[in-house]
Amino acid sequence: MPRTASKTTKKRSKPYTVTSSDTDPVPSASSKTKKSSKENDEKYKLFNKYANTSSGVIDPEGIEKLCSKLKVSHTDIKILMLAWKMKSERQGYFTKAEWRRALKALKVDTTKKLKKALPELEEQVRKPLNFADFYAYAFRYCLTDERQNCIDIETICQLLDMVLGSTFRDQVDHFVDYLKIQNDYKVITMDQWMGFYRFCNEISFPDMTNYSLELAWPLILDNFFEWMREKQA
Amino acid sequence: MSSSQSREPITIEDGFKLIDAAVTKLTRIIEGKPEPPFLPEEYIGNYTIVYNMCIQKPPHDSSGPLYEKYGAILQAYDKLTILPSIMEKHDEYMLREVSRWWEINKIMVRWLSHFFYYLDRYYIARNGIPSLTVVGMTCFRDHVYEKVHFNVKQVVIALIHKEREGQQIDRALLKNVLDLFVQNGMGNMERYEKDFEDFFLTETNSYYSRKASSWIQEDSCPEYMIKAEESLKKEKERVSHYLHSDTEPKLVANVQTNLLVLVAKQLLEKENSGCSALLRDDKTDDLSRMYRLYHAIPQGLEPVAVAFRLHVTAEGNSLIKQAEDAATSGIVEEQVLVRKIIDLHDKYMAYVTDCFQNHTLFHKSLKEAFEIFCNKKVAGSSSAEMLATFCDNVFKKAANDKSNDDSTIESTIDNVVKLLDYISDKDLFAEFYRKKLARRLLFGKFSDDHERSILTKLKGQFGGQFTSKMEGMVTDMQLGKDQQTGFEEYLKNANTGKPKGVDFTVTVLTTGFWPSYKTSDLNLPLEMVNCIESFKAYYEIKTKHRRLMWIYSLGNCNLTARFDAKPIELIVSTYQAAVLCAFNHTERLTYQELIDQLNLSHEDLVRVLHSLSCAKYKFLKKEPASKTISKTDSFEFNSKFTDKMRRIKVPLPPVDDRKKVVEDVDKDRRYAIDASLVRIMKSRKVLPHQQLVSECVEQLSRMFKPDIKMIKKRIEDLITRDYLERDTENPNTFKYVA
Repeated sequence: MPRTASKTTKKRSKPYTVTSSDTDPVPSASSKTKKSSKENDEKYKLFNKYANTSSGVIDPEGIEKLCSKLKVSHTDIKILMLAWKMKSERQGYFTKAEWRRALKALKVDTTKKLKKALPELEEQVRKPLNFADFYAYAFRYCLTDERQNCIDIETICQLLDMVLGSTFRDQVDHFVDYLKIQNDYKVITMDQWMGFYRFCNEISFPDMTNYSLELAWPLILDNFFEWMREKQA
Repeated sequence: MSSSQSREPITIEDGFKLIDAAVTKLTRIIEGKPEPPFLPEEYIGNYTIVYNMCIQKPPHDSSGPLYEKYGAILQAYDKLTILPSIMEKHDEYMLREVSRWWEINKIMVRWLSHFFYYLDRYYIARNGIPSLTVVGMTCFRDHVYEKVHFNVKQVVIALIHKEREGQQIDRALLKNVLDLFVQNGMGNMERYEKDFEDFFLTETNSYYSRKASSWIQEDSCPEYMIKAEESLKKEKERVSHYLHSDTEPKLVANVQTNLLVLVAKQLLEKENSGCSALLRDDKTDDLSRMYRLYHAIPQGLEPVAVAFRLHVTAEGNSLIKQAEDAATSGIVEEQVLVRKIIDLHDKYMAYVTDCFQNHTLFHKSLKEAFEIFCNKKVAGSSSAEMLATFCDNVFKKAANDKSNDDSTIESTIDNVVKLLDYISDKDLFAEFYRKKLARRLLFGKFSDDHERSILTKLKGQFGGQFTSKMEGMVTDMQLGKDQQTGFEEYLKNANTGKPKGVDFTVTVLTTGFWPSYKTSDLNLPLEMVNCIESFKAYYEIKTKHRRLMWIYSLGNCNLTARFDAKPIELIVSTYQAAVLCAFNHTERLTYQELIDQLNLSHEDLVRVLHSLSCAKYKFLKKEPASKTISKTDSFEFNSKFTDKMRRIKVPLPPVDDRKKVVEDVDKDRRYAIDASLVRIMKSRKVLPHQQLVSECVEQLSRMFKPDIKMIKKRIEDLITRDYLERDTENPNTFKYVA
């Protein structure tokens, strides 16, 4: 059993190693072991380039470094997508296992290759089936506490901009405006978050002729709808 | 006489000659011309000719030719005699001719059938061909009826029109003629319907359509209705006089449609005489007539019920507006308004039971009308609050003034329960009622009978849960009396002695029944402390495991204030008493000193000091002598105070808790909605949004009308708390999370 040596807590924490030896319980055929371990070495070398040596994980600083090497801003959606790919559990930190997972899936082992793979990754994530999952992931990723299940308005506004800004610019702009001036809600729940995604996909905008208050849209969207109507009058 | 078997067969020629002669004689007789009647021998002889000709051996058996001859005779008669005579005449004369020849024809056919009877017995029966009678009738139909019916119908309708316009006509003649139409149908009503009735109904339709147009312009609603009723009566008479009974329902429907259905809106909404006006002017006869007329028409009552509802709603709305206008400085005269609404209800219920025969449609209209205006706010007060205040005043007055007999109170209570049925926020009423009930029970006289009576009635109408807390409160008062007796016994027997000459009564309230009150850590004057302690001791003996929480804000106290001029008894609240007693030991106290000494909240102390120094009676002198209390004021006992009264009641104005009541009720509603939603989802497991909302509204409708937005919000809350989740396939459907 690998010894846990983490000082920080994170939700649903799985034990991860600090030592450099790979103790990932991945079953592999003995013939492949040599090859995979060689590949893994490459990935771990890369990992170590960015990781904080004392904590053994890539921390925000490391991510900054990574971002500048990749020539993307750390608020770029591609980084979030990378986090999704690696199923990262804690915002701002990548573990070794997570890192390996992503790089393996992308079939890369150098920064250069990673940089090249990012656009392709984005394309893949934007596919409808994946995007819904990614969208939900984005919300969970921002939760800072095990017991927390909602996110404050300001963070939501930024997140919306990042995640949906390129595909649903209009809706995001208006909704963000609305969120800032309304007082009914100080936080957004997962249900409301997903509701907005559904809204963008299903409702024609800005006419919203196919929206109905009789349906089960979250109340915040009903209020948004009425606010928009008032403005349009 | 002569033998049935003649020697020589009768030839057709000869036979026909004899028959023709008989026919000629017959026609003369039946046409009324001078002709001796048939002798019995002649009669039998005619029959015998036919008989013989039929039984003769071939080739002289002449059944076939005889059958043909029979038909030919009648045909010739129809074409050559009957038809021309009819065609000569016009109008009523033609009708008479038709009627006359129809009778003649019937006799003709009958007589001839007798002559040719033998054919009926064998030839016709054996060959399955039409009988002699049928041949006769068919002949008339084809050669006379078909040719004249059109003109006849025109004349008949013209005559009917004349009768409608008031002239006398020959009803018997019409009856005969129309009977002719029926008979010529030969077994069914087709001829009557197609050749007469259809035209008649069309004519009736345009007749009454014209009448309706002119009457509706000229006449008032009651006048019009009388005319309509009269017309219907006349048309029904017409049927009994000469029309076939089958025509009646069609005729009645026709007249009703034209006179009542098509003009319903115009008629009922007539200014100054329509439904509204009739209700306003209490025209019960006209209203009953209206009901009678429209009740006979399927779904005819609906426009009347609508007019009724609109009228009652308008009346109610104007009462509300009056009250709104009269409300000076935001104070509503709810006694006046509620009484007026009760009277309105009684008035219009009388119409429903009398003029409208207790019809469900009108009960429904009345209910809907009241539900509209009984839920309106007046100057910020909800109807729920107004009704509760009304009850409060009625009971307070009744308790103080025993002259009111119980039956008036009982009928008022009945009316209140009725009105409450129309109010959708029943839970709000309950809460206001409870608060006021508490004050009634604790401060002043109340009648146990009256209080229990209304609670029983409310329970009967709205269920036990509605009244359980209030009943508990009333019971507490009863128990309290027993409790007090026990306490006084204890004081007498125990050697603790009566607390230093202070009479002391305690009322124990069961938490949960009573509204929640704030406690305060008031520092009581010493005299009162002793009282509290002695009761505590007594209570501990009587009951275990119960904690007492003292609510000094509800207590009151009789103090004797020794002013210079004369002592005056003051009836004040415990808080006020505590403040006054503070001056027993010091002449002068500052606001701050009072706060420190008494440990009251600022809000409470300001209220108390105001009532003692700035209100009607100034028991304390305030420095500076301004109208409001400030924290820098100081107070002195006003020994110079006096009044002609020996006893003064100093009311402490109650805190306006309307906002709090509304907030409390809102909170309870949120719990109720949550509970209802969970209950529904637990049993249904999966349910679409709209159904969930409507079932929830249905479940809660007995107590209040839930706001849809609030329900949506509660659903979202339940999702966040993992009681419910959205269906992944269909986000408009919810699933219960076990």
